[in-house]
Amino acid sequence: MSQSHNGHPGAKRTFEVRVLRQDDPDSPSYWERHRLEHKPDMNVTSVLQAIAAQGETIDGVKVAPVAYDANCLEEVCGSCTMIINGRVRQACSALVDKLLAEKPDEIELQPMSKFPVLRDLCVNRRRLFRALEKVQAWIPVDGYYDMGPGPRQSQDQQERAYPLSQCMSCGCCLDACPQYGHVPLVARGKGESDASHEARENATYDVHFVGAHAISQAVYYNSHPTGAMNAGERIDALTEPGGIQVCGNAQNCVAVCPKEIPLTTSIGRAGRAATKRVFTKFFDR
Amino acid sequence: MANKRVMIVGGGLAGLSAAMKLAELGIEVDLMSLTPVKRSHSVCAQGGINSVNDLTRQQGDSEYLHFDDTVYGGAFLQHQPPVKEMADWAPKIINLMDRLGVPFNRTPEGFRDQRRFGGTLFKRTAFAGATTGQQLLYALDDQVRRWSVAGKVKIYEAWDYLGPVLDGEGVCRGVVGQDLVTMEIRAFPADAVVIASGGCGLIYGRSTMSMVCNGSAASRTFQAGAKYGNAEFVQVHPTAIPGADKLRLMSESARGEGGRVWVPRTPQDSRRPTEIPENERYYFLEERYPTYGNLVPRDIATREIFSVCTEDGLSVEKDRLCVYLDLTHIPREILDLKLGGILEIYEKFQGVDPREVPMKIFPAVHYSMGGLWVDYEKSASGGLVIGSPRNQRTNIPNLYAIGECDYQYHGANRLGANSLLSCIFSGLIVAPSIVNLLKGAKGAAAEERSSLFEEARNKHQKVHDQLLRRPAGGENPYLLHQELGQVMTKSATVVRHNDALQEALEAVNNMAERMRRCGLSDTGNWTNQNVVFTKALADMFPLAKAILKGALARDECRGAHYKPEFAQPGLEATDPAEHRREAERWCDRFQAATERWLKSTIATCDAEGEPHLTYEEVDTSLIPPRPRLYGLVGAEVIEEVWKSRTAARQAAGSGNGDGAAAAGNKPAAVH
Repeated sequence: MSQSHNGHPGAKRTFEVRVLRQDDPDSPSYWERHRLEHKPDMNVTSVLQAIAAQGETIDGVKVAPVAYDANCLEEVCGSCTMIINGRVRQACSALVDKLLAEKPDEIELQPMSKFPVLRDLCVNRRRLFRALEKVQAWIPVDGYYDMGPGPRQSQDQQERAYPLSQCMSCGCCLDACPQYGHVPLVARGKGESDASHEARENATYDVHFVGAHAISQAVYYNSHPTGAMNAGERIDALTEPGGIQVCGNAQNCVAVCPKEIPLTTSIGRAGRAATKRVFTKFFDR
Repeated sequence: MANKRVMIVGGGLAGLSAAMKLAELGIEVDLMSLTPVKRSHSVCAQGGINSVNDLTRQQGDSEYLHFDDTVYGGAFLQHQPPVKEMADWAPKIINLMDRLGVPFNRTPEGFRDQRRFGGTLFKRTAFAGATTGQQLLYALDDQVRRWSVAGKVKIYEAWDYLGPVLDGEGVCRGVVGQDLVTMEIRAFPADAVVIASGGCGLIYGRSTMSMVCNGSAASRTFQAGAKYGNAEFVQVHPTAIPGADKLRLMSESARGEGGRVWVPRTPQDSRRPTEIPENERYYFLEERYPTYGNLVPRDIATREIFSVCTEDGLSVEKDRLCVYLDLTHIPREILDLKLGGILEIYEKFQGVDPREVPMKIFPAVHYSMGGLWVDYEKSASGGLVIGSPRNQRTNIPNLYAIGECDYQYHGANRLGANSLLSCIFSGLIVAPSIVNLLKGAKGAAAEERSSLFEEARNKHQKVHDQLLRRPAGGENPYLLHQELGQVMTKSATVVRHNDALQEALEAVNNMAERMRRCGLSDTGNWTNQNVVFTKALADMFPLAKAILKGALARDECRGAHYKPEFAQPGLEATDPAEHRREAERWCDRFQAATERWLKSTIATCDAEGEPHLTYEEVDTSLIPPRPRLYGLVGAEVIEEVWKSRTAARQAAGSGNGDGAAAAGNKPAAVH
């Protein structure tokens, strides 16, 4: 298991954490090492909290806390995605004892690789949310006045939809995907308006691959009786540049999904729907 | 003329439902959130959302009974008109969420399935697996995304609300916010501002709440002059999984689906729980509360779990207090279908399969019943005048509060599966209130003199710059936060004692002083989480003090607020005459506590960050307060005595022509 700091019996158990840090988007990254006391029930978010409270590296150098995103700490919000010992996952559900059992010497933390680093382990995942806009990830209701219940659905329908609805937009599937390339930060220009910046961001993202996340969400909304009413528009969005045709069928997405969402099944369904749509449109001309 | 705009602070269920409804009504919305809205704390809500439904209605349920359960569960501390209106809207709200695509569990015939939750005898709770909050939030997030694409809603994600902008007359004209990435501080003009920032559990260090639930937005609004109500009412959830960084929620739905709470009758029985025979298990909730069993309201379940461990010494483990929450008698397929999400959390974080082995759980801080004081306008039928600009408005003109950060709906204790309802309800009704407010307004905030916003911005910029210039090596904010959490958890949770509260208040005062000497370990101006955390920590102190002062002053037991010396336990006498006399004395004490303490605690904050308390009457004009018993020993006799007293009072009242008003009903002084 973990090493003790100075070896003599009774000493507190400690372990080492190696963090890939980066001060801002334009600076080079660098590794930093920390040694922490081992406590029961630790996870990687509590490791990052301990690093912040300790305030110095293994060499006694005082450093700023490692910047990271985290919120719910129970793997339902999708915030704390990072690369831990080489694997993309949530920091909150990465338990220290398990990590040290796999790799006794140290825990290694890196930011996600496909999204631009803002600082340390914080990345900008706007592109992922933009993809949800692109595939119209919503039910197009008439409005919010009382119109009675929604469409009746079978248990079977609910049970098939529910796993897809648990997607928390964490980005693991995208980070692991060979076709989902890194797109650099679209920084706001000096004096540039919010609207103009957002338009430039969207234009940049829209030509790149939407990824398994948005494809699966499109399938989810298309499977809903009301959502199905504009299924064609969602499929059209998936046949544009950066659409489903970019998928190389590596199947990494489904392997890393923390919610075990059947992403490849979704991709298959979307692919068939896209083929059908292209044919129908061709013959309808 | 410039368009009128509304700024919403917070993007959970409340903030998002307000945003989508405002957009539908043609108002342009800005929404500021610490986190991408899809990652808001509402995702952590698990069990479901309450309303009367077609099935329960035929079993005798009604909107009125849902309303009654809610105020009874809340120990009558909430104004009744908003709660009545909420219960009336509940079926419509669930229908709406159903239309928005929430994948509610279904019955074999295709209707929405329902389960039972605490504090009621009806199966009122609609649910989507055990991730109902997540599913509701996503459905609202979808709608807001749609409005955002249409250009009607602009979302500022990763922005920290620093405070409201008030003009010379004290009217809210906008907010000042800070970009958490670039650290830019900016003023946003707004014709109305809605605070929808959630709870403040981080004041307790570890709780079931998310990292963003630091209470900073509510505290900054409080420090700017908004009143804060019932701060001392903090819900401690009976069942959570202890962890190093967080106490993870184990939903009430586990008990709603038949989960049973027990401890071995032999203290710290070393056998595996599955090997302990039935007759050696103590199902203490079922034995002590035969009617409600494992589904007594949360404050009661929490106290019983706490006392079975601390007073009876029956904790499952010696060094770590916990009891068993047992689902192992329920078929695996049913568990996966209805509770999958929460069982996976337990399995993932504890490494044990709760379908095979009983879970080990213990209470944890969970929800703030208290919050920003908000107004309402009562209708002739006893509900709300929908569209009144007074609904959900704080005492600062143009400044509103909704969701967990308001104090309006849950009184002294919230019932399970009512929070999702109150968040969506308050978000939906604030929209027409604001529309009517804006109709009456003259110019738009964007046309205000720019110096107003410039000054507000500069004030916050100065505070920020001064913090960054602090000499290094002062107090460590992270350690100070741990200390605050320990003091608050020890003194102001399940059982409260005046000497401990007094001591805690002194400790917190001392920490607030030390806070002024906090040093930063990061003095940069790019994604500086250190300075953001330090500011949020500083803003925890006014709320922490309001909690402690409110708890110290309130010498009674009411819902989540429990002081043993004022407790009213069950009756003990076996002799029928003495039993009756005991019940009479019980009712005397209850009557005295009602007269003295059935009041909202209202805190106002002075310039030094010190809260001062006053009290306001509660509108109990629809359902007169009555003893809150849930099948306590002697409950039948107490109820009988109470009923005969009420009848006598009513008879006396009608004799002098004073009607129902004499039956303990008081008009609310604040309205």
